[in-house]
Amino acid sequence: MFVRLVYESFRRQTRRKMLVAMAVTFGAAVSTTMIGIATGIGDKISHELRNYGANLIVTPDEDSLDVQIGSVNLRPASGGAYLDEAAVPQIKGIFWRNNIAAFAPALPVNVNAKGHQVTLVGTYFEKTIAFGKEQFTTGAPATFPWWKVEGNWPRDDSEDILIGEKLAAVLDSPPGSLLELGGSSYRVSGILSTGSDEDGQIVAPLKVAQSIAGRPGKLRTIYVSAVLKPEDTFARRNPDTLSPAERDRWYCTPYPQSIAFQLQQAIPRSRAEQIRRVAQNEGNILTRIEGLMLLITLAALITSGLAVAAAMATAMFERRTEVGLMKALGAGHFPLSMIFVTESVLIACIGGLIGFGLGALLATELGRAIFGSEITVQPVLFPVVLALAIAVTFGGSAVAIRRAVKYDPVLALRGEA
Amino acid sequence: MRPGSRTAMYFRMLYRAAMLRKGQAASALTAIIVATAASTAMLTLYVDVQAKLRKEFRNFGANIIVESNSPKGFTPDELLSIKTTVGDRGLVVPFSYAVARDQQEQAIVAVGTDFELARKLNPWWSVSNWPTLQGQALVGVRAARLLIADRGRFTISFEGRSIQLVPGGTLRTGAGEDSRVYLWLPEFEAWTGVGPTTVEIAASGTSEEVGGLLRRLQQSTSAAKVHAVRQVTEGEANVLGKTRSTLLASAAFIVFTAALCVLATLMGWVFDRRRDFAIMKALGASDRLIAMFVAGEAAALACAGAIAGFPAGMALAALIGRLNFHAPVSPQFNLFPRILAGALVVTLVAALLPLRLLRRIQPAMILRGE
Repeated sequence: MFVRLVYESFRRQTRRKMLVAMAVTFGAAVSTTMIGIATGIGDKISHELRNYGANLIVTPDEDSLDVQIGSVNLRPASGGAYLDEAAVPQIKGIFWRNNIAAFAPALPVNVNAKGHQVTLVGTYFEKTIAFGKEQFTTGAPATFPWWKVEGNWPRDDSEDILIGEKLAAVLDSPPGSLLELGGSSYRVSGILSTGSDEDGQIVAPLKVAQSIAGRPGKLRTIYVSAVLKPEDTFARRNPDTLSPAERDRWYCTPYPQSIAFQLQQAIPRSRAEQIRRVAQNEGNILTRIEGLMLLITLAALITSGLAVAAAMATAMFERRTEVGLMKALGAGHFPLSMIFVTESVLIACIGGLIGFGLGALLATELGRAIFGSEITVQPVLFPVVLALAIAVTFGGSAVAIRRAVKYDPVLALRGEA
Repeated sequence: MRPGSRTAMYFRMLYRAAMLRKGQAASALTAIIVATAASTAMLTLYVDVQAKLRKEFRNFGANIIVESNSPKGFTPDELLSIKTTVGDRGLVVPFSYAVARDQQEQAIVAVGTDFELARKLNPWWSVSNWPTLQGQALVGVRAARLLIADRGRFTISFEGRSIQLVPGGTLRTGAGEDSRVYLWLPEFEAWTGVGPTTVEIAASGTSEEVGGLLRRLQQSTSAAKVHAVRQVTEGEANVLGKTRSTLLASAAFIVFTAALCVLATLMGWVFDRRRDFAIMKALGASDRLIAMFVAGEAAALACAGAIAGFPAGMALAALIGRLNFHAPVSPQFNLFPRILAGALVVTLVAALLPLRLLRRIQPAMILRGE
């Protein structure tokens, strides 16, 4: 009888049930999407923030001072220490290797070009590096995404060079022309524009810079672009003072400090540090955006909860007559409440199920449309959304059910309640 | 019947309808208040958050750099002209560079600047202690290892003229600044005879506004090279654009769901009262009159909901702004007409749609409970 009552209620009042179920469905969908966005946005924005370029720098431990003003490097050629190029693949061997988005080595040398003293920087362009079985392709264009080239990027095994746009205006070397540097001539494959010091420099494959400097297999700095977690007070603690458990937690969190620490371990005789301009600010921005989306998600959850509860309450109010009739026929308070509770839970389950699917789809599509990569909604979220939907529908109808059950059947049937 | 009493009757019916079914009227009103509050909060945030985030992005430091063509640097007049062109649309910080030598003849870059401005321009600089007095220098951590043996005074020289400095604090940035020595600009000028060679500008505003300032600077200063720091401008445009799209999509979802719930609530309510409408019709009311009655009711609900929901939404936006950005969110009063219009449209649709369905039915059928 109980099952039949519930079944008939759904069969005969399809339109009304649809209306309420629709509210629940959309409430659940928006909640799912918003929770998906709130949990996924940090990851997406940190990848976007990689547009700011390298946030970590590896330099030789015993290095002399940088003497550079603008694009001109004035450090004496003999000065300073070097890193081994052979150690570079180790970067992809550290614990947080998957967080290393890109890296590029740099070896500056001073050369004489058409009578001008200029700085040539050797780096990778599209170098494939193998560590173990994994292969990784990286270089300056990936590490510094704002670099633009008019012409072609040089190949890493070629003797082609790029000339900064300011320097190109001085030297009058269009793409395709030859430029003589230190006794041999190199083909200019493109004009580089960066809006920074490189505009007044020559950028060449690392091999070229090494042969001009007479330092085969050596480089000066490595710029690393990593996906980081914003630094907090725990991150700033000295790893040597931490307890083993804390140290593990510190080591296994992608803080700028811990990745720098791991880079330093991976590359012999090196010192790794965060580039504060990028690392600190991206941490700030990430925290702000994540916080904003979290608060908005909370507001969205409360909003859809209240709205669904209101829709549920109205739907219950209209069933006084029904309640009156059942009471007149001798139904007790408890079985009567159970009918309505079962109905709301059923609606919540249907709405929650469809809503979750819809929300997950929306989140995925949104991620693809805005960030070009999917936002995946964790399946773990499903019970949470379902529980929320049941709680909200139940809460919304509880008051109405209580009142409906308390009606005097006579008044309810006469339509005077 | 006098026209006045008809109006009175109309309002009496509206009032009694709300009073007799307090519960339902209250839940319908709640739905509308919640919907308008959520819409107001989301739209306010959408407008304001971009300005808030742009402010955060200014912490990346200069987005425009002006470099003097003359080795002697900018004259005071040129500097003033740059400052007037920028006005209050950004922070202008002069820097002057020279290669000095320490007592072991090791080359070191010395920089003259205004510490107070540099501190505002580069909040990411990690400084142990900012120099406040004349003769104090801010020493990069790598330079400090070389220069400061016993935490005391040190001497550097430029073209034979030497200057004695006291380390006021150390600076760590992870970049070129770590190898430099910073001192007060007037002292630097007196020592080297070189004026500011570079001016770094943190221009505020949208990318169009920054672009406009860049062009104006290029036109007004002929003796200098002006360029945008592409690393900063492009990164900002990218992140800001994506955040804005995410916010807009979230706002759209939330507003849509809230509107849908209002629709569900109101439609249920109107359906539920079909007996009332049947009696009205049986007493001789026209379809138009009933529609007017329902529409009036819906409009009243929408207005009440918007009036109560708008401040609630602004309060919510302000709360989010305070919690997340630690800054007040400016209220967008010009949103009110739009919120009100949106509420009216949704409630009217919600009220009149079921009425159209009911119109086909004869009053007798409804009254007989069929």
